Amino acid sequence: MAFLELRGVCKSYGQGPEESHVLKGIDLGVEKGEFVAIVGYSGAGKTTLISIIAGLLAPDRGDVTLDGRAIREPGPDRGVVFQNYSLLPWLDVFHNIYLAVDQVFADWSVEKKKEHTRKYVAMVNLTPASQKRPAELSGGMRQRVAVARALAMEPEVLLLDEPLGALDALTRATLQAELARIHQVSKKTVILITNDVDEGLLLADRIVPLGAAPAASLGPSFSVDIERPRDRKAMNHDPRFKALRTGVIEWLVESAAERRRRRPVEGATKAAEMSSNPEMAYEQEVP
Amino acid sequence: MSNAKSGARNPDWLYLPLLGGVAIVIGWALVSSSVAESLPSPLRTWQISKPYILAPFEKRGELDQGILRFTWYSLIRVAKGYSLAIVVGTPIGFFLGVSTLFAKSFDPIIQILRPVSPLAWLPLGLVLFGKPEPAGIFTIAMCSMWPTVLNTALGVRSIPQDYLNVAKVLRLSRGKTLVKVLLPAALPYMFTGFRLSLGIAWLVIVAAEMLTGAPGVGGFLWQEYNALIYEHIILCIITIGFVGFLLDRLMSGLEARLKIA
Repeated sequence: MAFLELRGVCKSYGQGPEESHVLKGIDLGVEKGEFVAIVGYSGAGKTTLISIIAGLLAPDRGDVTLDGRAIREPGPDRGVVFQNYSLLPWLDVFHNIYLAVDQVFADWSVEKKKEHTRKYVAMVNLTPASQKRPAELSGGMRQRVAVARALAMEPEVLLLDEPLGALDALTRATLQAELARIHQVSKKTVILITNDVDEGLLLADRIVPLGAAPAASLGPSFSVDIERPRDRKAMNHDPRFKALRTGVIEWLVESAAERRRRRPVEGATKAAEMSSNPEMAYEQEVP
Repeated sequence: MSNAKSGARNPDWLYLPLLGGVAIVIGWALVSSSVAESLPSPLRTWQISKPYILAPFEKRGELDQGILRFTWYSLIRVAKGYSLAIVVGTPIGFFLGVSTLFAKSFDPIIQILRPVSPLAWLPLGLVLFGKPEPAGIFTIAMCSMWPTVLNTALGVRSIPQDYLNVAKVLRLSRGKTLVKVLLPAALPYMFTGFRLSLGIAWLVIVAAEMLTGAPGVGGFLWQEYNALIYEHIILCIITIGFVGFLLDRLMSGLEARLKIA
């Protein structure tokens, strides 16, 4: 049995004729220390999936286990980095991270907790900004605080929900490099949710596409057997990169096309409308 | 705020209000010398009020004290009623914010009690407490509580789900979630409520003192009306306005310090 395992996970919102299936029959096994990227359309239910793994949402059916134990609620063994940073605006960088450290390592001495916090502030290169509040930071810096907060809990699994989605391309590239470095150093199990195939190719050991809504399910695994560190520039030429990218994208396009064919049968839901045009996809928030 | 910023460069904020004030005084003088014979003129108001302004803390007798001394009595009374309103209103608002059941049960009642005038609460206070002093405080509390209740509830309801998720992921206890997440997140809204409540408390004081005859700026106003010293009515109105304005500025200042972009 895999370290983190999802079996037959289903989730829908609403009831009766209003019911909309978000996830259907999700099966996924992630080994310890593995970096898995889940790539899918906006609105396909990626955030729902990660919320279930985080324990913030309960699946309607199916099991989620971590190291053999069923996941029923959030816990410090799973560090989550939310899409929109979720920093507390009245706390500075240090105290946003300290809040987590204080909670997870409650029995440590204050000095040890502070030292631990400082270590993670330094890990994401924010020591000079330690006293600043989130409002004074750029988007990239805020996201680094959120990453540091999740890492400082020393979780067994790091769940990243489109952590770089809101950033400009340059900052995004910098933070991708930083995530790659952090993963190399910490050897944590990571699940990265993203809508960017290249981000997955750059960072992950394995890419699993999530099909189009409604009732999205996971596609086949694409192993990224490319040595690290990976060179962003080489991605445009390396045939292995190209083949993987084509494979993932073709699967995703095929899944959307298949949803479109089935639409008259399933009823024209909003989600299906969206998936019919991946170019115009937008984020459908979890209610 | 933008006002203060531009004020650093040009003195509009100083001479324009002065100009407005002078215009009003001239208008007042014209009205009192032509159509409204019984309205004291500005000059006369100043002459008659002078001892109360120049010796603002003087106590010459129970009914004859400096204007700031009367104001002080009123402020103490407001402080008592207002504190009561905050102490009772904040938790009620909190429950309204966190519990839909509680909100559905009590929101209609609050909406009905909210517009009730201080003049209506005061007699009930007198019946309940028998004495004018607690009745006045009761009235102030009953009237000024609602903005605190409603804004606290709004503040708690508008706490972003993100912050609650953080609390859940960190598995903060209920108490810790309250202190570390809910309270700081709702505080800016709560303070808006506190400021509006203080404004109402100050409005109510005049009515409460008029009806109970308690010494204070409102009581003085009513007493001078009965004594036919109309100049002092104007003195009281101006004082009440100034104090209310200062209280509001004070609370706005505190509020601005709590705002987090």
